[in-house]
Amino acid sequence: MRILVLLKMVPDVVEELEVAPDGRSLDLEFLRLMVNERDDHALEEALLLKERYGGSVTVLALDAPEMDDALFTALAKGADRAVKVSGGGVGLNTCATASLFAQALSAVPNLWPADLVLTGCQAIDDLDGLLAPLLAHKLKLPYLGLVTRVEVDASGGRATLVKEYAGGVRGEFDVSLPAVLGVQAAERPPRYVPVARVRAAMKSQKIEAVPSSDRVEAATVGVLRLAKPEATEHAEMLEGTPEEVASKVCEVLAERGLL
Amino acid sequence: MGDGAVPAEQMIGEMTLENFLGFPEGRRVLTCIQCGLCAGTCPYGEAMDYPPRRIIGMLRAGMLEQVFTSDSLLNCVACYACAAKCPRKIDLTGVLLPMVKEQVLIHRPDMPSELQRALESKLRYGNPMGESPRKRAAWVKTAGTPVRIMAEDPRPADVLWFVECYTSYYPRGQDNSRATARILHALGIDFAILGNEERCAGECGPLSWEPGLFNTLMEYNMAILQKYSFKRIVTSCPHAYDAFKHRYPYLGFRYPLDHTTPFIARHLERLKPRLTRKLNCTVTYHDSCCLGRHNGFYDEPRMLLQAIPGVKLTEMTHNRVNSICCGGGGGGMWLDTYYKAKGYDRLSERRVREAVATGADVLAVSCTYEVPRFEDALKVLGYDKKMIVRDVVELLAEAMEE
Repeated sequence: MRILVLLKMVPDVVEELEVAPDGRSLDLEFLRLMVNERDDHALEEALLLKERYGGSVTVLALDAPEMDDALFTALAKGADRAVKVSGGGVGLNTCATASLFAQALSAVPNLWPADLVLTGCQAIDDLDGLLAPLLAHKLKLPYLGLVTRVEVDASGGRATLVKEYAGGVRGEFDVSLPAVLGVQAAERPPRYVPVARVRAAMKSQKIEAVPSSDRVEAATVGVLRLAKPEATEHAEMLEGTPEEVASKVCEVLAERGLL
Repeated sequence: MGDGAVPAEQMIGEMTLENFLGFPEGRRVLTCIQCGLCAGTCPYGEAMDYPPRRIIGMLRAGMLEQVFTSDSLLNCVACYACAAKCPRKIDLTGVLLPMVKEQVLIHRPDMPSELQRALESKLRYGNPMGESPRKRAAWVKTAGTPVRIMAEDPRPADVLWFVECYTSYYPRGQDNSRATARILHALGIDFAILGNEERCAGECGPLSWEPGLFNTLMEYNMAILQKYSFKRIVTSCPHAYDAFKHRYPYLGFRYPLDHTTPFIARHLERLKPRLTRKLNCTVTYHDSCCLGRHNGFYDEPRMLLQAIPGVKLTEMTHNRVNSICCGGGGGGMWLDTYYKAKGYDRLSERRVREAVATGADVLAVSCTYEVPRFEDALKVLGYDKKMIVRDVVELLAEAMEE
């Protein structure tokens, strides 16, 4: 079983986000990037599948600051191979990201074919969760998102997936492999890897760096304006003793016809 | 006690009986007489399947797998009680148990999520709360006295004050920092801090499972310290003191070192004329494990408290070498939910009951972990009207009139 996991970096919201002077992008000066949380779940699910069915896990990522740390961490956790595509730049839109991943799959030796392509079902900069379906479309493969469990049948040609819906409803799906899956949550929380193991991986293992293809597709969607939320209305604070506040609450409710 | 310690890098990987006995502290377990003082004095000994005495016995018998897959050591709060009592002077807390803990981390897949988050945050942000490293020095604006930040003004300083995490980010910890700044200022000491360049010293790394994390933080802080010129390091955190004293020397740390409490105690005669406000309270002092049991500073905090006008000092049943841990060491700071889920008594609650029984109004501490732990425990037990928690430096600053 050959599993590919796609990782991408997203802004870490521990730092306050600022809009860049161009008004259309994030200010990169103090921005710090981290692996998309759902991608971490995709990696965990891949490692669990490898433990269950055998095979290999390859991690494919677009180069970005701190990406090497994330890839060595993935290797320390049990991934077999790490490949990063350089030259893509930070802040790509989802279409361009999908296109770079698709190109890498055909250009990098021994990456394709794979049985499963796992990635996060969403990212903080892709709340629509379009990356996995766009990639599946380019690869002409089946796609399923919001996946929380994967079971592969004995032949290795089909898988049963659990997909999560709103309100705690779950659906079970049957899909032919290879397929692209957007992972919502792994079957267990992403594992901890001792830092000593990551440091050992840095000494003993390699990240393959491949240049990105020059054929970057013309953007079909662009950002017009990026802005922080602007406060338009403020809450009215009622002050006084509890009795006074209570009677004011009653007045307000009566005024609005709610009593 | 640091002499027998093993550089963490050597400990990576699988441990066998042979390579375990190859380490000085590993060999030392062969001298254990199985008296059980360690298990008896351990505050969580009764909650462990394998208390320290049994762990040593099992290691000697080659039962490594059972030890490494047991969750017993998740209850070790690295309080140095066992090491302090061991008649064979086996450094359980400093060396032996961390060696075992590292193996437990590798062999048990289920790390409590609270602890995992804290360790991941220390690696990424340099503090266990997951706060932005760029806000580490934000408290300085509220200090009320000038606090020089080395990156902004890199002139040599007499004292480099290593503030640490809880004292930088946690609101009640910042009270400690503001008080320390006032006292250093009143003493006319030329001091500076590392500000946003500082990261957790990492003591809870080796004592809570993670020598690799500790090495990363140690290398980082050493590189930053070497950028600046100063004569002495003073830190607010006993855990950082412990790391600097016993572990950083492996990377060439040779600076004269102090924790704030003994440092101020040495300058007490000069501070006394400023201690003019009567506080009129009864205080009981909790000995921190790192400052007390591991480094022997029992008298200095008490000297400071007795110098405050109107303070009456009273002792808890367990004091000095017999002090009971607040439960925050060795990663316990991030295992409260885990302990509660297992149905264990929280050590901070056990300690607070003893403090309240003295009849004191104030529980004085000198470790940055203890303010949040004891304040929470007082609230949980309903004693928060009876007793307050104050760091020794906070009480000193309170006694100084403007």
